[in-house]
Amino acid sequence: MTKDIARKPIYLDYSSTTPIDPRVAEKMIPFITEHFGNPASRSHSFGWTAEKAVEEAREEVAKLVNADPREIVWTSGATESNNLAIKGASHFYSTKGKHILTVATEHKAVIDAFRELEREGYTATYLEPEPNGLVDLEKFKKAIRPDTVLASVMFVNNEIGVIQDIEALGNICREQKVIFHVDAAQATGKVDIDLEKLPVDLMSFSAHKTYGPKGIGALYVRRKPRIRIEAQMHGGGHERGMRSGTLATHQIVAMGEAFRIARIEMQLENERIRKLRDKLLHGLQDMEEVYVNGDLKQRIPHNLNISFNYVEGESLIMAVKDIAVSSGSACTSASLEPSYVLRALGRSDELAHSSIRFSIGRFTTEADVDFTIQLLKEKIQKLRELSPLWDMYKDGIDISKVEWAAH
Amino acid sequence: MAYSDKVLDHYENPRNVGTLDKDDPHVGTGMVGAPACGDVMKLQIKVSDDGVIEDAKFKTYGCGSAIASSSLVTEWLKGKTLDQASEIKNSAIAEELALPPVKIHCSVLAEDAIKSAIADLKSKQGK
Repeated sequence: MTKDIARKPIYLDYSSTTPIDPRVAEKMIPFITEHFGNPASRSHSFGWTAEKAVEEAREEVAKLVNADPREIVWTSGATESNNLAIKGASHFYSTKGKHILTVATEHKAVIDAFRELEREGYTATYLEPEPNGLVDLEKFKKAIRPDTVLASVMFVNNEIGVIQDIEALGNICREQKVIFHVDAAQATGKVDIDLEKLPVDLMSFSAHKTYGPKGIGALYVRRKPRIRIEAQMHGGGHERGMRSGTLATHQIVAMGEAFRIARIEMQLENERIRKLRDKLLHGLQDMEEVYVNGDLKQRIPHNLNISFNYVEGESLIMAVKDIAVSSGSACTSASLEPSYVLRALGRSDELAHSSIRFSIGRFTTEADVDFTIQLLKEKIQKLRELSPLWDMYKDGIDISKVEWAAH
Repeated sequence: MAYSDKVLDHYENPRNVGTLDKDDPHVGTGMVGAPACGDVMKLQIKVSDDGVIEDAKFKTYGCGSAIASSSLVTEWLKGKTLDQASEIKNSAIAEELALPPVKIHCSVLAEDAIKSAIADLKSKQGK
């Protein structure tokens, strides 16, 4: 195998980001060049054109989640939306109490916002999910205290793709008068979201997970009953004072178009993607000692997170460089920690390290999946032939009972 | 992460993968590392009656650098006496493979594996 293959790897990392749909790019481009006006300019047609485009996009985002356009606030992405929602609401309602509740498997943008509030004097609970990745409703209920001001639970987990029971969790929050925030970055275009029915107060969205551009997102802020948040960004009072800063018209237009396409096409697209995912799953499950991480039923069809026992994570990533996937092992980044999400499910370090997240998307083909199955089978076999642990497993030795000299 | 050409070569075409009979009195087996740390190396040497390493085999669970380090030492060990073998230093392995600082522990593990295999052989032969 030569190193300088010009061919790009097959992209199976749609949960990291998606390409911009060409239809979205086409709609976006005139707002970079031709219609460049500032939507806040009220005195000329450049501004009016931009403002109209922004409001149309706002309607499209609202439509996908069945909300009122006035409930949508533009942000720079889901990280900002999460920060604005969690810090903004916790601060505004701090007279109620200073306890906040979330789940250990949330995205870092939620966990770190919680950590920041802890530094400010709040007390936080990070609830452990069940081994399948789902939150136990009774445990969630018990974790709420009289001084709990806000709870935050993600709709769809970014690593394992499990879908939380947002309606039930929201109802518990309503009963206990706790503000409920949901990070839906991984959910749009993948699961039905109806904010008229869902008891959710704040919801974060991202464009680039749904075939829109990076750098744009939105926060849903419920009007009835009205939820108040303290702004984190101060300035010209844009977005009804909740988020100042000149609106990025081209990105907003693109997010609107991306969400419009998602609304129209998601049913068919999800069916197609489910078939591909199931094919991938069945192909990989032919092998011994493979474990699916997270519940398979309550899960988006796009995600398959799977651990290959007795194969080390980093060598696995090296072996599969012809496909672009994410690893449960953070070896490639600065730390050598296994995925905190898989650890929270009770997976051993070894299994967490040897996991791969495949995420399938709009442009994945059946040939991509066939290639991936064949590649994985070949490489896993090769690495297992190299692995002393595999030999021990085959000899019937329980590796967890061996006394290893830690180093 | 960028790997050196030598690491990639050993990773793609590992030398001397396999297993020797651990009950053979001429075979020394070293197993070092731990699964939870992400590296386990098994190194085996077969030594002639006059103390020369005739064969070396390895199996490694670990990253590309760990696989390359153990593959490299099996090449180096063949033809060496036990005394020469015990002089192989991790720094030489790291230098040969151009390991980055975060991967130095792989070369340390390979050196430990050599020492462990020699110790196993000596204890077997009652020396």
